[in-house]
Amino acid sequence: MAVRPGFSFATGIVLLAMLLVSVVLSATMGYMNVPVSDVLEVVFRHFSGAGSELDPVTVAVVADVRLPRILAAVLVGGVLAVCGTIFQAILLNPLADPYTLGISSGAAFGASLVIVLQVFGLALPSALSVPLFAFAGSVATLFAVLTLAAGDRRLSSTSLILSGVIVAAILSAAIGFLKFLADEQVGIIIFWLMGSLSGVSWQDIFVLTPIALAGLAICLLYGRELNIMATGERAAATLGVNTVRLRWILLVTCSLMTALCVSVSGIIGFVGLIVPHLLRHLISPDNRWLIGLSFLGGGLLLLFADTLTRAVLPAEVPIGVLTALIGGPFFCVIFKKRQQDGTAGL
Amino acid sequence: MERQGFDILWQLDQVGFGYGDRAVVRDLDLQLEKGKCYGILGPNGSGKTTLLDLLCGLLVPKAGKVELCGQPLSGWQPRPLARKVALVPQDFVVRFGFSVREVVEMGRHPHLGRFATLTAQDHALVDAVMEELGIAAFADRPVTRLSGGEKQRVAVARALAQDPEVLLLDEATSNLDIFHSLSILGTIRSRVREQGLTVIAALHDLNLAGFFCDQLIFLRQGRLLHQGTVDEVLQSEVIQEVYGVDARVRQDKFSGCRQVSYRVPEKEF
Repeated sequence: MAVRPGFSFATGIVLLAMLLVSVVLSATMGYMNVPVSDVLEVVFRHFSGAGSELDPVTVAVVADVRLPRILAAVLVGGVLAVCGTIFQAILLNPLADPYTLGISSGAAFGASLVIVLQVFGLALPSALSVPLFAFAGSVATLFAVLTLAAGDRRLSSTSLILSGVIVAAILSAAIGFLKFLADEQVGIIIFWLMGSLSGVSWQDIFVLTPIALAGLAICLLYGRELNIMATGERAAATLGVNTVRLRWILLVTCSLMTALCVSVSGIIGFVGLIVPHLLRHLISPDNRWLIGLSFLGGGLLLLFADTLTRAVLPAEVPIGVLTALIGGPFFCVIFKKRQQDGTAGL
Repeated sequence: MERQGFDILWQLDQVGFGYGDRAVVRDLDLQLEKGKCYGILGPNGSGKTTLLDLLCGLLVPKAGKVELCGQPLSGWQPRPLARKVALVPQDFVVRFGFSVREVVEMGRHPHLGRFATLTAQDHALVDAVMEELGIAAFADRPVTRLSGGEKQRVAVARALAQDPEVLLLDEATSNLDIFHSLSILGTIRSRVREQGLTVIAALHDLNLAGFFCDQLIFLRQGRLLHQGTVDEVLQSEVIQEVYGVDARVRQDKFSGCRQVSYRVPEKEF
């Protein structure tokens, strides 16, 4: 334990440095190659309002197209990983992720509904209404799940997970029906279900940033209580932790953060599951550190995946597919290794 | 029972609790005093765990009232209550790979402000408790890799790190072998003798109860049947009444306390 905080701190510094370098490098990559010096000049000069002698096209590509998308990747990845950390800690389940309570299904249902309504000739502007409906869908799902679970006054993790599974099962059947109705437009729904950061603008960043930071701050407030939750609800309660209130506050906070991410990027799986899982195992299970580290790690992973699909691969692959393809095998290797160590499933 | 008021910790008055129509604890009147070691005994389902949960506020009684130090238990905030009363559960399960030291340090939680870190004093207390329970040698090992006996000692250490006035043991040693049971209970008993700790322990083993406790409380079907010192109530008639088992109780010279031996009822086998 004497070693751990120092180790966690060092990891945090390394991750932060890697993240900053990756942001700059990612901005140089793409259809048009921009040198690092130009990217830095855009970042420091353009945004401080000073004049610059750079080609206006370069400035536009970096400042208006690449940077918002890069920042969105970092924020969405970071928020999903933080929410994963919290969900795993309060549901006492290492396999929980931000979507465990059916939030993704709710969002998908909302988004699919807009697309199907358009097929039936209802004129809704997709750019605005898809994220709006996705957000509304996930919030409605969250409240359905919480209402269902609240019959259990202790709000135990079993009740929550079970409620999430029930609601998600109903919703996925409903989504299947919507896909059937969408007929030829089904491709749009599927693309949305697989997630993409291609349409992100500065406006999204202005909404995402304050909410991501506020949510992160709330989660950090409860770091020590989350650690104590790992010893079980009964033990935590007798240590002075108000377990029911803690669950409510963090579930609502993280679900809203997740819903917002989904409304911006569609459904991106695996980041929220794998990042906290790995960092907990490799660095420290202490949530006071894990929450911040997960934010950096999640941001880094999603930025890597998004840069890969945007600038390296010949065609743009949906990013949710990519995160699962990168993360999945990696996860398998770790899991096998831990089985040999006898620590799997912890 | 003519005691001064400040010696009384809990005062239970006609307490009842149940789930739906099923009553688990009924019409319970009980007074628990400071500095004693109580054993709660009774068959499975007699309400031992429920009684402990009622004492530490995990359950709220459906009838009657529970007072701690003259104040209704419902009026206690969670953190002050946690500074006074600590619980050691039967199966101490820790998810995720927290180290032994990290888990014991969690016991300091009710004493710390939200952003406070452990002081040198806290660290010294944690070290002393780990030393006392013999877990200091593997302080940096993850709790998930310990054996049952080691894990349970960590649970007791965490409860003692809470620096409570009262320790509730919910069959805390039921799953342990006799060596580990005795070593844990011995550590706790010396705290009762030397530092005036109060212990309320739900137990299954009558012999352990005879060795460990000052006062015994016998429950059956949620009712209090007998309460008194070990000498008064650890009797074969009481055991027959509570458990329906043919037992003989004698003063044992070797252990220096009352010990029970049983006879298997012949017609059932």
